[in-house]
Amino acid sequence: MRRFLSLGLLCLVLLSTAMTAQAQSDPSTPDDQAALALLSALDVNSYRDKGEAITAILQSDDERARDWLQALLDGRLQRADDGRFVLVLDNRGRDWPVADALTKESLGDMSRRDLDRIGINNALRNQLRSAIAVVDLYSPNVERRRSSADRLLGEVDGELAETLEPVIAEAEDDHVRMRLTQAVAIYRAEQGEMAGVEALTGSLHPRARVALGRAANSDDPIVADAAAAALAGIEQQLKINRGLETLYFGLSLGSVLVLAAIGLAITFGVMGVINMAHGELMMLGAYTTWMMQQLLPGQPGLALILSIPAGFMVAALVGIAIERGVIQFLKGRPLETLLATFGISLILQQLVRTVISPLNRTVVTPEWMSGSLVINDALSLTLNRMYVLGFALVVFAGLMLIMRRTRLGLEVRAVTQNRAMARSMGIRATRVDIMTFALGSGVAGLAGVALSQLTNVGPNLGQNYIIDSFMVVVFGGVGNLWGTLVAGLSLGIINQVLEPWAGAVLAKIIVLVFIILFIQKRPRGLFPQKGRAAEG
Amino acid sequence: MMTQATSSQFWLTRPFGERATQTFLGVLFAALLLVTVLHLAVPQGHPLHVNAYTVNLFGKYLSYALLAVAVDLVWGYLGILSLGHGAFFAIGGYAMGMYLMRQIGERGTYGHPVLPDFMVFLNWESLPWYWHGFDMAWFAFAMVLLAPGLLALVFGFLAFRSRVTGVYLSIITQALTFALMLAFFRNEMGFGGNNGLTDFRELLGFNLRSDATRLGLFIATGVALALGYILCRAIVTSKLGRVCVATRDAEARTRFIGYRVERFQLFVFVVSAMLAGLAGALYVPQVGIINPSEFSPLFSIEIVLWVALGGRATLYGAVIGAILVNYAKTIFTGIMPDAWLFALGALFVLVTVLLPKGVAGLLSHLKRRKEDDHLPKEAAV
Amino acid sequence: MSLLQSLKARDRVFEFMAPEASPVDVRHGPILYMEDVTVSFDGFKAINNLNLTIDDGELRCIIGPNGAGKTTMMDIITGKTRPTEGSVWFGSRHNLLHMNEPEIASLGIGRKFQKPTVFEALSVFENLELAMAADKRIFPTLTARMTGEIKDRIDDVLETIGLTALRFQPAGILSHGQKQWLEIGMLLMQRPRLLLVDEPVAGMTEQEMERTAELLTGLAGKQSVVVVEHDMGFVRSIARKVTVLHQGSVLAEGSMDQVSNDPKVVEVYLGSDEEESA
Repeated sequence: MRRFLSLGLLCLVLLSTAMTAQAQSDPSTPDDQAALALLSALDVNSYRDKGEAITAILQSDDERARDWLQALLDGRLQRADDGRFVLVLDNRGRDWPVADALTKESLGDMSRRDLDRIGINNALRNQLRSAIAVVDLYSPNVERRRSSADRLLGEVDGELAETLEPVIAEAEDDHVRMRLTQAVAIYRAEQGEMAGVEALTGSLHPRARVALGRAANSDDPIVADAAAAALAGIEQQLKINRGLETLYFGLSLGSVLVLAAIGLAITFGVMGVINMAHGELMMLGAYTTWMMQQLLPGQPGLALILSIPAGFMVAALVGIAIERGVIQFLKGRPLETLLATFGISLILQQLVRTVISPLNRTVVTPEWMSGSLVINDALSLTLNRMYVLGFALVVFAGLMLIMRRTRLGLEVRAVTQNRAMARSMGIRATRVDIMTFALGSGVAGLAGVALSQLTNVGPNLGQNYIIDSFMVVVFGGVGNLWGTLVAGLSLGIINQVLEPWAGAVLAKIIVLVFIILFIQKRPRGLFPQKGRAAEG
Repeated sequence: MMTQATSSQFWLTRPFGERATQTFLGVLFAALLLVTVLHLAVPQGHPLHVNAYTVNLFGKYLSYALLAVAVDLVWGYLGILSLGHGAFFAIGGYAMGMYLMRQIGERGTYGHPVLPDFMVFLNWESLPWYWHGFDMAWFAFAMVLLAPGLLALVFGFLAFRSRVTGVYLSIITQALTFALMLAFFRNEMGFGGNNGLTDFRELLGFNLRSDATRLGLFIATGVALALGYILCRAIVTSKLGRVCVATRDAEARTRFIGYRVERFQLFVFVVSAMLAGLAGALYVPQVGIINPSEFSPLFSIEIVLWVALGGRATLYGAVIGAILVNYAKTIFTGIMPDAWLFALGALFVLVTVLLPKGVAGLLSHLKRRKEDDHLPKEAAV
Repeated sequence: MSLLQSLKARDRVFEFMAPEASPVDVRHGPILYMEDVTVSFDGFKAINNLNLTIDDGELRCIIGPNGAGKTTMMDIITGKTRPTEGSVWFGSRHNLLHMNEPEIASLGIGRKFQKPTVFEALSVFENLELAMAADKRIFPTLTARMTGEIKDRIDDVLETIGLTALRFQPAGILSHGQKQWLEIGMLLMQRPRLLLVDEPVAGMTEQEMERTAELLTGLAGKQSVVVVEHDMGFVRSIARKVTVLHQGSVLAEGSMDQVSNDPKVVEVYLGSDEEESA
């Protein structure tokens, strides 16, 4: 079908299918004679002539053209001593299995000494690549057509441009048409043609920018000016896109920080203690995901979804154990609690190292979470980060609901504001402590599940987050979930904005220094609690 | 509690009148003497002989003990739990390391007369400005105290001025040492990056690889510990020490009776940082290397454990704790390295939950029991 | 201050050694002067247009229902809380709104908190030693020595508050009432011009209360004393002049008899239930 639409040169099509069967028994059919002639034209010394031969093959509309061109590109199209053209199937060892280039029949093994490679140079390689891409434009597979159109960007020369014009007109797929138009326009712009420059205006592809850059140096001042203007416009666009990308990465990092910090914010707000094992509870959540995937091999998506409740439960139970086993004995001694929970974090880390492995484990990203959302040539958003961002917001909303709408939330808020008063009003502070600790720990588990999709799952996973999480809590103000959200997201963004010009390490340092200075100005964070209770 | 009897004395000599200090100094000097004699006078091969390796190890413990005393000064008496004292220790160590690097001179692998090997390796043309002066011992030794002191001054000024205390301060100090660790890992910082500073040859003309120098460093560290201990003891037995305890227990109240609490906190914090720097400077020539891992938050928090185990607000408890934990660490990492982190973690939990007053508290409890059968009704402190 | 004492205080012998804070100027009568003071927390006015004058050497009792703003008023005077509006003067020279807590304390305003806070790990003697008016900068504190004179002063105060026998005990073991007296003792060590005493007899036994009343009336005249108290019996036993606060401003002022017959005051106290708030 696609051949009819093709270059519209030869019209042997009706015959060719009928004759292929015949060709196998009789090598001297007219079709094969023509093919042999095409291939023989390659076996010359002049690269110029070879180039013409390639063009001829491309235009021959032969079924086998793509294989020949690919083989030629890979150096597998060779001529045997007996004059036949063969495709080398595997060029390792001394004897190579080969197949006839015309019939594709296997010819058994041949000694490498009996074969003569048809050499090519770099110019020919480029020509071959675009030739193959042109052939692929007619593939029935839409993905293949798209990717071949993508490959043609910047590879178009005069002849190809003319070849492509009718293809563009007939292309069914929008993406293919857009790309081919760009490809031709790039060629035209490089030639200093106004039409090309105009067509490229607003295009964000790097090759388009290169072409416009050349056009800007054109002798024709009108074209040069237009190209320069187009370039400036593109730069502007790129800047915006880069900004958006930074914002996206910042939000993504921020969402991780929010997930990591929000559980900490709850336990710190209510009990006034820093749970240094919070990071390790995240680690347990991440390992739960890994474990689920081991239990459900081949179903990473289902395993991931089941990990959400499982990770929450595992972390929450460990959290309760920590609260009952250690923290309850250290009431009113926040610094000792900090030390004790640090000890627990060491034990948990070492436990994972001993029981599972000191090495990182791989958690599979399910199909529907991998890949990315392509917005344009300069901006694509990875899906896994988007899911984590969404997940963080859902977790936040859920916690908000618990805090605002449930009895537990009310009691937690009461204990946060004034412990003694809440207790005297009949709130069982101990029960609230256990529940909050379980909740905070469970959320850490959720954070771990999410994190398993973004980073390596290893025994040190949690360690890297405890300082950052605490910074978020301090920055946002204790006992205020909104503060944690705003602080987490903004710290994520600040980090990403700083990174390009300061480097990752320096960016981290700058953020730490910033927070230290920020506490100078506002010791109680972005959203402080006001009034008498907070003064105490 | 009974400080009245001696408190009319000059503040620096006041500790010598205390029995606890006398005992501590007596034990310390007896230990120094014993190790020296067993090392020098007992022939090798004899079961009582202490070899150079062990002397070196003891020297390391003593520098840790000085570090622990510095931490106890701020934590025990001022109530400031610093999780970043490793940073001051490391900075003091780096100052010493820079001096030792400059002493290598042309004997380095690349034989450059001025630039240390790692700078030659990084194709640096000249010495960064902050490396100047470290070829002079007096300058380097001054920096051992001044550099950590300055960092503590700036950091403490910011923190105490805005009344950052408690858990907040702890985490901020941890962030401080974490940030410094990241910074020192960078090659561009000019401190040897990942590998740090190593390959030292001599200190003040003494070959660092000779046994005699090792013994000398061990004794010097012991003396430094004694002096540091006396200084801290003098501070805590002065009226200033009582202001510190008052600040620890009721900061607002102390402010109300007219003390600029933040200045007292800053003063003690800076003194403590300088002592930590000194400890680091004594540590580095004995282990032969200083690298960014000394800045790791884990190390800083381990120091706190030494103090907690030994017993807070006693100073001698810190020394006991530092030596006990590090001795255990040496043993453990020798026979079953994997178990060490379990042991360390468990120690954190056990000490905080079951032994809040540490070994020192246990000792004085036993002693009181022995002295009089009817326990004095001492209120919980 | 006797001549001998003033000679012993070295910084008063030579003019240039005098501390920077100039003495309180009470030639115009009042030692404390609060005018149109307002404080609001998130829109809630804890103090609303308060005017209050305390004369030098006066013993003043301040009463009022919960939430009337008594504690907030103390916070303002000591610099813990900054008012939204208004002015607060100590004597006619010192604007308290321009000073921080230690500056105000060193000026001679002492405050006794509602909940007694003493330094529990330190002995009674040491508590008084720390509170004593002295050079409270770092190095003088570090090198300070115990002299006979200081000892005598501390012993005097120990005598006044009746804790001489317990002088070397840690303050943590004192009873509630003893802690209150120790705190008053600590205030006396500062030689304050103005003493702010917040609920001194809350939780005290009858005898302790009598002892406290004696202590406070004994202080008046030498110092100005402001007592905030709930216990009417106690107020009646010491008060010469009483100020009633209500909803952050002054409701009535006068002798105990005048005040307790004031219909507005009666109404507030009878209908005080609705004023109960944290």
